[in-house]
Amino acid sequence: MHDSVTRAIPASAPTSRKPRLHSAMALAALAVAVFFGPVWLTVIPAWLEFPVATVVGDAINWFAREASIGGLAVKDITRLFAEFIDRPIQGAVVLLADGLFSGRGLDVKQSVPPLSWLAIGGVAVITAWRLGGRSLAFTVTICVGFLVLFGLWQNAMVTLSNVLVSVFIAAALGLALGIWSFRSTQVENITRAIMNVMQTVPIFSYLVPTLLLFGYGPSAALVATVAYALPPMVHNTVLALKSVPAETIECGRMAGCTRRQLLWQVQLPTALSKIAVGLNQTIMMTLNMVIIASMIGAGGLGFDVLKALRKLDIGSGLEAGMGIVALAVVLDRVSQAAAKRAAHGKHLQPGQQPLWRLLAVWIVAATVIAWLLPLAQLWPKAYLISTAAFWNNLVSWINQEWFDVLDAFRTFALLQVMRPIRDFLAAAPWTLVIGALAVAAHWTGGLRLVIYTVSLALFIVLTGYWGPAMNSLYLILIAVTLAVLIGFPIGFWLASRPRLQTAANLVLDTLQTLPTLVYLLPAVMLFRIGDVSAIVAVTLYAVAPAVRYGMVGMSQVPHARLEAAEISGCSRWQTLIWLRLPAAWPTLLIGINQTIMMAFSMLIIAALVGTKDLGQEVLIALNRSQVGEGIIAGLCVACLALIADGLLKAAAANTAIQRHRKNSL
Amino acid sequence: MTSIPGTEAQHGRQREVIVQCRNLWKVFGATKHAFERADGAHLSVEDFTRKGWTAAVRNASFDVHRAEVFVIMGLSGSGKSTIVRCLSRLIEPTTGQVQVEGQDLLAASESELIKTRRSKMGMVFQHFALLPNRDVLGNVAFPLQVQGVDRTTREARAAEMISLVGLEGRENHFPDELSGGQQQRIGIARSLATDPSLWFLDEPFSALDPLIRADLQDELIRLQSQLHKTVVFITHDLDEAIKIADRIAIMDQGQIVQIGSPADLILNPANDYVARFTRNVHRSRVISVDTVLRETTPSDTTAGPAVRPTERIADVASLVVESEHPVAVLHPHADTVAGYIDREKFVRVLAGLDPQ
Ligand SMILES: Nc1ncnc2c1ncn2[C@@H]1O[C@H](COP(=O)(O)OP(=O)(O)OP(=O)(O)O)[C@@H](O)[C@H]1O
Ligand SMILES: [Mg+2]
Repeated sequence: MHDSVTRAIPASAPTSRKPRLHSAMALAALAVAVFFGPVWLTVIPAWLEFPVATVVGDAINWFAREASIGGLAVKDITRLFAEFIDRPIQGAVVLLADGLFSGRGLDVKQSVPPLSWLAIGGVAVITAWRLGGRSLAFTVTICVGFLVLFGLWQNAMVTLSNVLVSVFIAAALGLALGIWSFRSTQVENITRAIMNVMQTVPIFSYLVPTLLLFGYGPSAALVATVAYALPPMVHNTVLALKSVPAETIECGRMAGCTRRQLLWQVQLPTALSKIAVGLNQTIMMTLNMVIIASMIGAGGLGFDVLKALRKLDIGSGLEAGMGIVALAVVLDRVSQAAAKRAAHGKHLQPGQQPLWRLLAVWIVAATVIAWLLPLAQLWPKAYLISTAAFWNNLVSWINQEWFDVLDAFRTFALLQVMRPIRDFLAAAPWTLVIGALAVAAHWTGGLRLVIYTVSLALFIVLTGYWGPAMNSLYLILIAVTLAVLIGFPIGFWLASRPRLQTAANLVLDTLQTLPTLVYLLPAVMLFRIGDVSAIVAVTLYAVAPAVRYGMVGMSQVPHARLEAAEISGCSRWQTLIWLRLPAAWPTLLIGINQTIMMAFSMLIIAALVGTKDLGQEVLIALNRSQVGEGIIAGLCVACLALIADGLLKAAAANTAIQRHRKNSL
Repeated sequence: MTSIPGTEAQHGRQREVIVQCRNLWKVFGATKHAFERADGAHLSVEDFTRKGWTAAVRNASFDVHRAEVFVIMGLSGSGKSTIVRCLSRLIEPTTGQVQVEGQDLLAASESELIKTRRSKMGMVFQHFALLPNRDVLGNVAFPLQVQGVDRTTREARAAEMISLVGLEGRENHFPDELSGGQQQRIGIARSLATDPSLWFLDEPFSALDPLIRADLQDELIRLQSQLHKTVVFITHDLDEAIKIADRIAIMDQGQIVQIGSPADLILNPANDYVARFTRNVHRSRVISVDTVLRETTPSDTTAGPAVRPTERIADVASLVVESEHPVAVLHPHADTVAGYIDREKFVRVLAGLDPQ
C-alpha cells in the first residue's frame, strides 16, 4: 500500500572515511556528556515540551464550533455538507442493504425490500464471468455464497454501499487532482508533498478531525475514507499520464487535437489500464478504511469485528473477519480483471450482449424471483450456518490443551525479549537516541538527511510524545525483525522455484489486500490481549513485502555471474553469501523499508488489542474526541515512519551508487 | 558526363516549393532570447555543451518540392526527428523560418496551427503510435473524428484507406492483435485519412523485420506513384534512402552536410563523412543509364532493346549483357533514341568504378 512513497532524499553520502569518523567521535563525546552532565540530557525536561496538541485542538475546536466564513458558521457548513454527502450513502444503503421502511414506533414495516442477494450476487458473478472468465466467476460465487449462508449478507452490503460511494468520490477527485498535477509541475510538487505525508499518517488520525467536523456517522466515515484512499489514485493517474508514449501524444497533436481532445481522446484512453491499477488500490484502501471507520459509525462488517474484539467473542469476530476477506477478494479480483481488460480494447463476440444489458435483465429477473420466493430475498435464519460456536470451541480447546505451551511462550517472549528491549529504549537518554539517528543519517545520506531526521525526531520531543514513540519503536523493531527473518528466507527459497512464483504472488497479493483489522483476530485468538498479540499481528501483516522483496532481490543476480561462481566451484552457501546477498542488497533494503511502512500502518490498528504506544494515544484521543492529541500523536507516527523511510532509502541509494562507482572504475 | 536535357525535372528542381526551411536552429535547453544573446549562430558544439544546451539542429536550410520524396538521413542522434518535428512545430524551433505552402508556420497562432495540421499534414511514427483502445477502423478514422467529421463519412473514408494499404477485413481488430507490419500499415492509412498534401514519415520501417521492411518500402513506392504526396522521409538506412528518394539530405551532428540525388551523393560526396556513408553502396544501384551513353554510330541498329534514361544500371544489367545488339537509350519524354549504351563504361560501373 505504501509502494508509492517516493521522496527525493539526496544520496550524496560522504564517501571518505574521515567525516564518518568525526560524526562517530561526536556521538561518543555526547555519550560522555550525557553520563556526567545535567539530567535534562537524559530525561526530557518539562520546559522542552510544548502543549502543541492542546493548541491545535483548541484551534480546530474553535474552527469547528465558533468560526464562521462570510457570515455562515463553519459548524453549519460542515453539518450541511454532512447532510449532503449522507444522501448518496443513504441511497446506496437503501438500495443494497436495508430497503425502505414505513410506519413508526413498534409498527415499523419494510415497505420496499432492498435488492435481493440473488440480484446483487448475480451481478457480481456475471461481471466476474465477463471480465475474468469461468475461474473468476467461480471464486466470486464461493464468496457470495459464503456471505449469504453465514448471515453476513446485510452487513456486507452496508460495507459495500460505503465502499462504492467512497470509491466513486475518491476516484473522481483523484482523477481530477491527478490531471491537474500532470499539467502543472507546481501543483504536482504540492500534491506530491501532501500525499507523501498522508500516506504515512496512521489511519485513525483521519477519523479524529472528520469526527469533530462532521459528527458521528457515515458521512464522517466517508470523508475520512476518501481522504485516506485518495493518494494512490492521484499518484497513479499522474504516473499513468506520464507513461503515455511521446509519439502517441505527437500523433494526437498532428491530427490537430485541441488540448481537451488530446486529454480525453488520446492521453486518458491510452493511460486507462494504469489508471485502473490505481483504482484497484483505491478500492482496497477504501475497504480497509471503511472497516476501520465502523468505529465512528460506518457500520457494516467492521462493526461486527470491533464488537467481537471488545467482547473477546473470537468466534463471531472470525466469522465477520472472513466475510471481510470474501468481500476483499471479490472487489480485488474483479477490479484487477477490469484493469487487465482496460489494457486493450475488445469487441463483443457475435451474439454476445453488452454487459449492462445482461445485468439489467438479471436484476429485473432476480427481483421478480425474490418477490415470488422469499428465500431469494432474505436467506432464512433457519438455514444459516454459523461457525462461531466452532471457533469459540476451538479457542477454548486451544486454551485448555495448549495453554501451557502458549503461555510459556508468551511469558518467555515478554520477559526475556520484549520487556528488556522496551525498558532499554524507554530508559535510553533521548539526546543519545537522536544523536545515534543523526550519525546514521550522516553515514547514509549526508548533512541534509541529518537535518531532516533530527527535525522529525525533535518534533516528537517537543510535542511530548517521546515515551509512547519509544514504545512504538520497540514494537516495530521486534515485529520488523521477525518479519524479515521469516520473510526473506521464504523469498530466497521461492526465488529458486520459478514455478511456485505465480502462486506465491497471488497469495501475497491477497494477503496485502486484506483489511488490516482482520489480522488482529488470529493473534488475539492465540495470545489474548497485549503486546505479544500486537507483535504477532504486525508481523503477520508485514511479512508479505519481506517475502516479495526477498524473492525479487534474489532473482536479480546476473546469470553470468552465477555461472562464473559455479565454475569456480562455490558451494551453495558461498554463492549465497558472496554473490547473491551483495547483489540483492539494495533491493533487500527497499524491502525492509516497505516492511517497516506496512508495520507502521498495522501498529496503529494493533492499539485495539491494548498496546501502550502512539497508536493507543490516537485511539484514546479518538474515543474522547480530543482532536489535537489525535492529530499530533498521528503526526508523530508519521515522523517515525518518515525517519525510517529516509534512512533506508538513502542507504539503498548509497549502496547502489557505490556499486556503480566500483563497476565503472 | 553526358547529360540529357530534361532529366533535371526528375530531381524536381523546377517544381513548386512546398516546404521552405531557412536557417533553422533547434537548441534544447535554450530560449530564443538566450540563444540570440549568446550569439548562438557562432558557437561551437563544445560551447553548447558547456552551457548545458543540446544543439539538435544547426542552421538547416532546404526546400522540399511538390510530389518529391525528400529523405533526411544521418546517424542516431544527428537531429533528424527534431528537424521533421520543427516542420510541423511539434517541436518549437529556436530560430529560423519554416514556410509551408507559403504560410509562415512559426508566426501561426495555435488555432491556425491546428488548422494547418488538420488539413495539410499527415505523419507516420517509428513505433506506430496507435491508440490501443480503438480498433483499426477507429484508429484510421481518428484524425477525421478530431475534426468533427460525422461518423458515416469518416468510417467510409477510413475503410477506403484501410483497403488502400491492404488491410481490408481487419477493420475490427485491435492494434495488439496485429503484427508490426500490419500496425504500421494502419499508421500509414491513418496518416493519409485526411488526404494531406504533406506527408512526414519518421523512420517508419526501422522497428520492423528486414523482409517486412522491404515489403512496406515497395508499398510506399506504390502508394506514392498513385498519390503524389510531398514526402519528408526520415531514415538512418542508406539502402532504404536510395530505394525511395528523389533527393537525400545527409545530417551530421545537427547540420545538413549535403543535399543531392542518390547518384550525386555517391559520385560527388561533399566530405569524408558522406563518403564514408556511401562507400559501400554499389554504384550501379544509383547511376542511371544516361551516364554511360555514347553517340549513335552508323553501325547501330534498332534491333536491340531500348531503355529509359532514368533506369538504374543494376536494373538493366541482365538485359544489356544478354542482348546481342546494342541497347538503345530513349529520350526522357519521347520514344526517340538519344544514344546507345557504351559497353565499356557500363562494365566499369558494374565493376564499381567511375564510368570514365
Ligand atoms: N526533448 C529533448 N530535450 C533535450 N535534448 C533532446 C530532446 N530531444 C532530442 N534531444 C537531443 O537532440 C539530439 C537530436 O535528437 P533527435 O531525436 O532529433 O535525433 P535522431 O536523429 O532522430 O536520432 P534517432 O535516429 O535515434 O531517432 C540528440 O542529441 C538528443 O539527445
Ligand atoms: Mg529519431
